[in-house]
Amino acid sequence: MDVRSQMSMVFHLDKCLGCHTCSVACKNIWTDRKGAEYMWFNNVETKPGTGYPTKWEDQDIYKGGWEKTNTGGIELKGAGKLKGLVNIFYNPNLPVIDDYYEPFTYKYLDLIESPQQDVQPVARPVSLITGKPIDIKMGPNWDDDLSGTPDFARKDPNLENLSPAEQEAMFQLEKMAFYYLPRICNHCLNPACVASCPSGAIYKRGEDGVVLINQEVCRAWRMCITACPYKKTYYNWSTGKSEKCLLCFPRIEAGIAPACMHTCVGRIRYLGVLLYDADKIEAAASADEKDLISAQMDIYLDPFDPDVIAAAKANGIADSTIQAAQESPVYKFVKEWKVALPLHAEFRTLPNLFYVPPLLPVMATISERSNSPKVNEISKQWDDKWLYDTSLDEIFGTIEQTRFPLKYMANLFGAGDEKLMADKLNKLMAVRIYRRHKTVGDISKEKSDEALRKVGLSESEAEALFNLTTLAKFEERFVIPAAHREQSIEMLESTADVKGSEGFGFIERPVRGL
Amino acid sequence: MVDNVLYIAFPYVAIVVFLIGSIYRYKFGFKYSTLSSQFLETQKLYLASVPFHVGIIVIFLFHLIGFIIPPINISLGGTTLVVFETIGLIFGFLALFGIIMLFIRRLQNERLQMVTNKMDIVIEILLILQILLGVLTAIMYKWGAGWYSADMAPYLWSLFTFNPDASAVAAMPLLVKLHVIGAFLIILLIPFSRLVHFLVAPFHYISRAYQVVRWNWDRKTIRDPNTPWRETIKSPQNN
Ligand code: SF4
Ligand code: SF4
Repeated sequence: MDVRSQMSMVFHLDKCLGCHTCSVACKNIWTDRKGAEYMWFNNVETKPGTGYPTKWEDQDIYKGGWEKTNTGGIELKGAGKLKGLVNIFYNPNLPVIDDYYEPFTYKYLDLIESPQQDVQPVARPVSLITGKPIDIKMGPNWDDDLSGTPDFARKDPNLENLSPAEQEAMFQLEKMAFYYLPRICNHCLNPACVASCPSGAIYKRGEDGVVLINQEVCRAWRMCITACPYKKTYYNWSTGKSEKCLLCFPRIEAGIAPACMHTCVGRIRYLGVLLYDADKIEAAASADEKDLISAQMDIYLDPFDPDVIAAAKANGIADSTIQAAQESPVYKFVKEWKVALPLHAEFRTLPNLFYVPPLLPVMATISERSNSPKVNEISKQWDDKWLYDTSLDEIFGTIEQTRFPLKYMANLFGAGDEKLMADKLNKLMAVRIYRRHKTVGDISKEKSDEALRKVGLSESEAEALFNLTTLAKFEERFVIPAAHREQSIEMLESTADVKGSEGFGFIERPVRGL
Repeated sequence: MVDNVLYIAFPYVAIVVFLIGSIYRYKFGFKYSTLSSQFLETQKLYLASVPFHVGIIVIFLFHLIGFIIPPINISLGGTTLVVFETIGLIFGFLALFGIIMLFIRRLQNERLQMVTNKMDIVIEILLILQILLGVLTAIMYKWGAGWYSADMAPYLWSLFTFNPDASAVAAMPLLVKLHVIGAFLIILLIPFSRLVHFLVAPFHYISRAYQVVRWNWDRKTIRDPNTPWRETIKSPQNN
């Protein structure tokens, strides 16, 4: 057992408002620079939709991630030692700027400075690459809220193995639904970006698992852009270096949540430590597709297990980190309650960002029984059967008949496993039933108990899940272990060397000249 | 005198500048990059970058072989020489075609102009001329594969053994002389241009483990009171 610690995340999709505050916070700190304008280390896309860059999930186009070989191992789909070096002069699978969008701004000054004239001045959009006026054709969230549209929602790569009838049913006007999918780098356990980099510029930090690109070593061989199946490495066309999400490591080291998480309006984000067994990575990444998720879940270790704690200590993991792992909200969602899933596990990078799948769009159905006594009196004024029925009869029946076919959801979060998907949704639904029993009181105790029993949650677990989902404060959502500043300094130099020398104000060591 | 300046002094200056400049620039690693522009324009790149790089690498290897092991080439005779020469010429044309396409591509595309600096233009023109000179030499003064080893390799060796002797070049036709000067001019400009990227060609990727994990300290010993401090703070990789 080789215990390591990983900063991991949970995004609770039921809570995301699609406000893009996270994206803006990140942009302001990290990518508001020349060559980086088009980069969104954090982006929020609408599902169903094509996302950013357009259709990034379609690896037939982008050739990202790992795939299984005939011999049972795995190899990079579009990069790696052979493919990477052969294609080094021209990478046939490289996305280009137009797959994202041409960055633009507006000539705002024209509004103020244009001379007097008969027509109102306008601020024309100009390209941030060439500086010339352009017609904006695309943006990072171009498909925002556009469920059902032929150009976006219906081209969602996750619809691939849904029958035309199922797709049609999804996009009926009165059934139409959508939800938001915020994405950052997953700081994977088996990162394709790292493996694809010919220069060795990308690495995973041993201490906390953050994946970084060394800007001084990057030589723009641009293989990581192809290899990351989530398209979370970006090429800076101006500096000639690739860049990616750094999980705000300077903030984490100071004990502050990353900017996207700190600012998240919907409070959907959780950050915490997961302990994992690095010896199991290879086997988990090459598991059969149907076992991928369970194999990944097996990598993460129980931070309360004395054996794990002993092994962690032997590996130099600080007590404070082990304690953070025990209090980790991510551990609770992912391992204890098992309601969070990785996005597209089939890419085999073992991502460390987990999503609590959205229940909201699947729960309400068009009422066939708007006369039901459970339906709100006010709502009954409309008897045209256009009502959303949020009554909870037959609730488990409706999970299978969701507004989003389970197959669709499973393509995103379950590596295609519908049963797994249904399990998670049922659990979330059971918590709702339980809470409804508690607060509204229109559901009997028996019914609530039965719901919890069916999904294997105890009452206290349901309560804890509810609490962490809805009421949790900052310190519960972000459990960041001390980075041990004293050790951070030791990383850079032996403090013994400067003991006794001058204190403040020296960048260079005060050494006597020749 | 002129010969000595052009074929002895200038090459030495070029090589010294190349060495010092490249190392100096490497110390501030951020500026070492291929500066790939494929992200801004990909369609025309294929028929430009690939032929150029493949061509230039093969040609470079040919020059290198002729330089390092002259007896092989000198002893070449008859058909082998023709085969050798033809292959060289084909790759010469490939490189020429590629670099011209690269140049055109760079001039035509509006986006690429934004990431083009003066040195890019200088280097591309220089390379076009240099390759053109090489190809012309190969056509007009046949069997270079033979005489290069006999006449030029000794001259280059004389430079590298610090016993310079320019007489061989001085006796060469103008085309060859220009090719020699062009070569050292390009070497001189390497540290001032994007050409530095060939110095960091990623050969080490072949033998590297796919995954790279870096530790700030040796995690097995950092918290072990029996290990002296000094030994815990080296930054191991993949430990
Ligand atoms: S999400 Fe992409 S960029 Fe991030 S670690 Fe995984 S492979 Fe690398
Ligand atoms: S800030 Fe939070 S709620 Fe808003 S879009 Fe981002 S993840 Fe969703």
